[in-house]
Amino acid sequence: MGGLTTLSGFEYVAPTDLTAAATALRDAGGRACVLAGGTDILVQLREGMRSADLVIDVKKIPELLQLEYAPDSGLCLGAATPCYQIYTTADVVNAYPALVDATRIIGGWQIQSRASVGGNLCNSSPAADSIPPLLVHQAVCHLAGPEGRRSIPVSDFCTAPGKNSLQPGELLATLTLPPQPANAGSAYQRFIPRNEMDIAVASAASWIELDDSRNAIKSARIALGAVAPTPVLAEEASQFLVGKAPTEENFSEAGVLARQVASPIDDMRGTVEFRVHLAGVLTQRTLALAHQRVQDS
Amino acid sequence: MNTPVPGSQYKVIGTRPIRHDGMDKVTGKAKYGADVKFSKMLYGRVLRSPHAHARIVSIDTSEAESHPGVFAVITTSDMPDLVDKMADLGEGVVNMAHLGDNVLAREKVLYKGQAVAAVAASDVHVAAEAIAKIKVEYEPLPAVTWVLDAMREDAPLLHDNVFTDDMGKKSDKPSNVDKEIHFLKGDAEEGFAAADVVVEREFKTATVHQGYIEPHVATADWNEDGNLTVWTSTQGSFACRAQVAEILQIPISKVKVVPCEIGGGFGGKITVYLQPVAALLSKKSGRPVQLTMQRDEVFEGTGPTPGSFMRVKLGATKEGKLTAGEAWIAFDAGAFPGGPIGPACMCVFSCYDFEHAKVDGYNVVLNKPKTQAYRAPGSTHAALACETVLDELAEKLEIDPLELRLKNAATEGTRRVDGPVYPRIGCVEVLQAAQASDHWNSPLEGPNRGRGVALGFWFNCGLKSSASAHVNPDGTVTLTEGSTDIGGSRASIAMQLAETLGITAEEVHPQVVDTDSVGYTDVTGGSRVTFATGLAAYKVGLDIEGQMTSRAAELWDCSPENVRVESGVYSHNGDSLTFAELAEKLHATGEAVVGRATVAPDGATNGFGAHLVDVEVDPDTGKTTILRYTVIQDAGKAIHPSYVEGQMQGGAVQGIGWALNEEYFFDDQGQMKNASFLDYRIPTFLDVPMIDTIIVEVPNPDHPYGVRGVGETPIVPPPAAIAIAIHNAVGVRMTELPMSPPKLWKAISDQS
Repeated sequence: MGGLTTLSGFEYVAPTDLTAAATALRDAGGRACVLAGGTDILVQLREGMRSADLVIDVKKIPELLQLEYAPDSGLCLGAATPCYQIYTTADVVNAYPALVDATRIIGGWQIQSRASVGGNLCNSSPAADSIPPLLVHQAVCHLAGPEGRRSIPVSDFCTAPGKNSLQPGELLATLTLPPQPANAGSAYQRFIPRNEMDIAVASAASWIELDDSRNAIKSARIALGAVAPTPVLAEEASQFLVGKAPTEENFSEAGVLARQVASPIDDMRGTVEFRVHLAGVLTQRTLALAHQRVQDS
Repeated sequence: MNTPVPGSQYKVIGTRPIRHDGMDKVTGKAKYGADVKFSKMLYGRVLRSPHAHARIVSIDTSEAESHPGVFAVITTSDMPDLVDKMADLGEGVVNMAHLGDNVLAREKVLYKGQAVAAVAASDVHVAAEAIAKIKVEYEPLPAVTWVLDAMREDAPLLHDNVFTDDMGKKSDKPSNVDKEIHFLKGDAEEGFAAADVVVEREFKTATVHQGYIEPHVATADWNEDGNLTVWTSTQGSFACRAQVAEILQIPISKVKVVPCEIGGGFGGKITVYLQPVAALLSKKSGRPVQLTMQRDEVFEGTGPTPGSFMRVKLGATKEGKLTAGEAWIAFDAGAFPGGPIGPACMCVFSCYDFEHAKVDGYNVVLNKPKTQAYRAPGSTHAALACETVLDELAEKLEIDPLELRLKNAATEGTRRVDGPVYPRIGCVEVLQAAQASDHWNSPLEGPNRGRGVALGFWFNCGLKSSASAHVNPDGTVTLTEGSTDIGGSRASIAMQLAETLGITAEEVHPQVVDTDSVGYTDVTGGSRVTFATGLAAYKVGLDIEGQMTSRAAELWDCSPENVRVESGVYSHNGDSLTFAELAEKLHATGEAVVGRATVAPDGATNGFGAHLVDVEVDPDTGKTTILRYTVIQDAGKAIHPSYVEGQMQGGAVQGIGWALNEEYFFDDQGQMKNASFLDYRIPTFLDVPMIDTIIVEVPNPDHPYGVRGVGETPIVPPPAAIAIAIHNAVGVRMTELPMSPPKLWKAISDQS
């Protein structure tokens, strides 16, 4: 209801190790929330979309602030590592361009210096910019709970709008992205009516790996955002490209196939028809850009 | 006496001094409404209707009243009974019951977001908690939010006491159509019979908001002696005073309104919302009370500009001479009668000179917020329809669109469809400047790119303004005026006084004061302030100059007629004193020099503007990018060119937002789904290029410096110009605003 926004009082803790954080989370029995950059949580608390008696700040836990990259082991990203560190690290920019595309357009500079990819994932919005890139780069989520740790593929993480497979007391510790093979490239694009300050009407990330001749696609992955209850992989479209030449015609055909996994809603950001159409357009465009990036590398 | 002649060389006018309020604004020291703080001040919150249309069965405030930290709870029962009260608030007679209902709903709520009750508490969070404890029982009623639906016989009736006013005649049964307008000039049928080509199209526009960045805010302190002071963000402190006094049924002299700095208004900060509510909360609690809106309250609880349906038909001969025009326009007024249907009907054909015209207008109440003025109210809608149809005529006739406009442009002596005959206007000069512009003469190349041109008109008014000034011993002049400064008017008014006195702009210290401290001054609106308050400042200057001349004559023991005044230097027979030297002698030689003036200039100052725009459309997404934009406008005389350019650019940007993305998005329950700046998309800096400006100066004969109003005209042409540019880029005629990506993509894909 209009004008009733208020921020109720809550307790604040900032543990320095994961176990303490997980214990605090479990002990609060669903009345706690985890604070990384806070760019979603604080807005939700203030606007009454969420309430909490306890806010657990995880930015004092060193493991959650790491950004480690090696060509043979890939990227290990702390759940609270802010976005700007991703696009200012040259090796990451070269290896995971789709993720870099996303982190460059989440909010403005101020937001990017606070907001984290982990937070974006845990907020689990269907329109989250960083999730399609995580999907095509096959990220793995490393979760910590009072009973220990477990790892799940990012494709199993989101379950519904705002919902995910974190269990009570469990929090996201790190994300790992596997190392990139030669001749691979990726890209992420979203459609927004303005050029800033907007949420994706539809989005797509594409990843392709070419063979050594660079005349044929060895492997491909396409993921869509804002066109289903969760970001989704377009498996059939991805498979279609395997063995094909990296041409505009094939990218266009993949776009048509990708539209099949789109099941969007009508709302103030776009119609069903428009979003399904955009899913195809953005698939085609991100494939072409990913291909261009391989050619340029 | 140095009576200035338009066209002569000015010393101050036309220069670009730093604005007097600039330092405070860039350093954050300027006092806006929400900066007002008093000890023991309470903070309020307003409870708003969740329904678009419902009867209020009961309101129970008992739990809220006993909530710790709450000092006062009010509902409409705390307001005087305003039934059958009419009042003239300066812009025609207003039904006070409607105005009161819009401040706090009485029997029914007529739109989602309408205020129902309010709380004052120790802090804003306590007030929010208390608001949630007010129990309102509603009986929901069917709602209607589209203008043509609301006109139907079987539509839900909003008011049983609103009757159609058809050019003065009242209907016998209540209706959602509160007003009909019919203008006739010549014989339209005859005119269309003489045409070789006729084009007719229908248009729809969405409800859009002014989008001022500063939300509404009011602080009230109702003293035990019955004196009420209101500090607020308003376009008109006197208009605010009159409304508050009438709603509260107290003498106008008991109310003092202190205008704070204002973070945008564009017509939306004339009507009161929070001010009477804050006053009642203050009366009940015995403390000062501040109320501030959140952004969703601004969208849902204050007045946007109407959504509309329009049909326009134009006919022309093979040679491109317009023979006739016909317009049928329906505007939604929002929940209560009133709105800009009149100006829309007057403006629709106002740029052109043709013999036969027929215009029919309908104003319709429905379940949306009560509409308010928005920058050239009604003219932007009308221009979209008229200019788009005219462009299609040009296309069919294979005549250059600027040529076609020039062939038919209104000039001195042209009679508008609603009657008035134009004095000297700059319509032709504006079109010629557009034709000569670098933009028009630069080729536009590349696929999916197109150029559009459209013309726009706004009346610009005079109304009433007062000002006074006193001369300081150091040769400066303190200027006191009542026009709240939205667009740099302190500077442009001070510059006119400086020019008149032959001193510098910096030597005038302008201040905007409260309603007890200056004579009556109408709202900052109608693009009138630089014209009318500027005229008052000019007359203050003449008054001061006369007094200074007399004092010089006393010093030199001569007759005042023999004192020569030129560029601020007073001289006689070899003696000479500058304005500052003479000012220094005033205290030692007699009384202080205080000038005063109050004006009510007749008529309009008629502004015309042409806009050129280049766009590129992405046919796969329907997204339009503005590549280049030029505003050409007749300012009469640009007092401070930077602020004239700023108005031209600001109007264009607002018009671009209206054209491309802005809209109230309602669900089928009449609920607005996008009441935030995230999903109500005004343009960001990344969405517009630098807007180029060309100021045309055809002096207004009714102003000593030739000033015409400039603030509103620049919002009129953009949607039309962009629609035309889109047509030239991708071949589709967009007749619905906004031309947002989903709609444009659909139109493009339906075409192919």
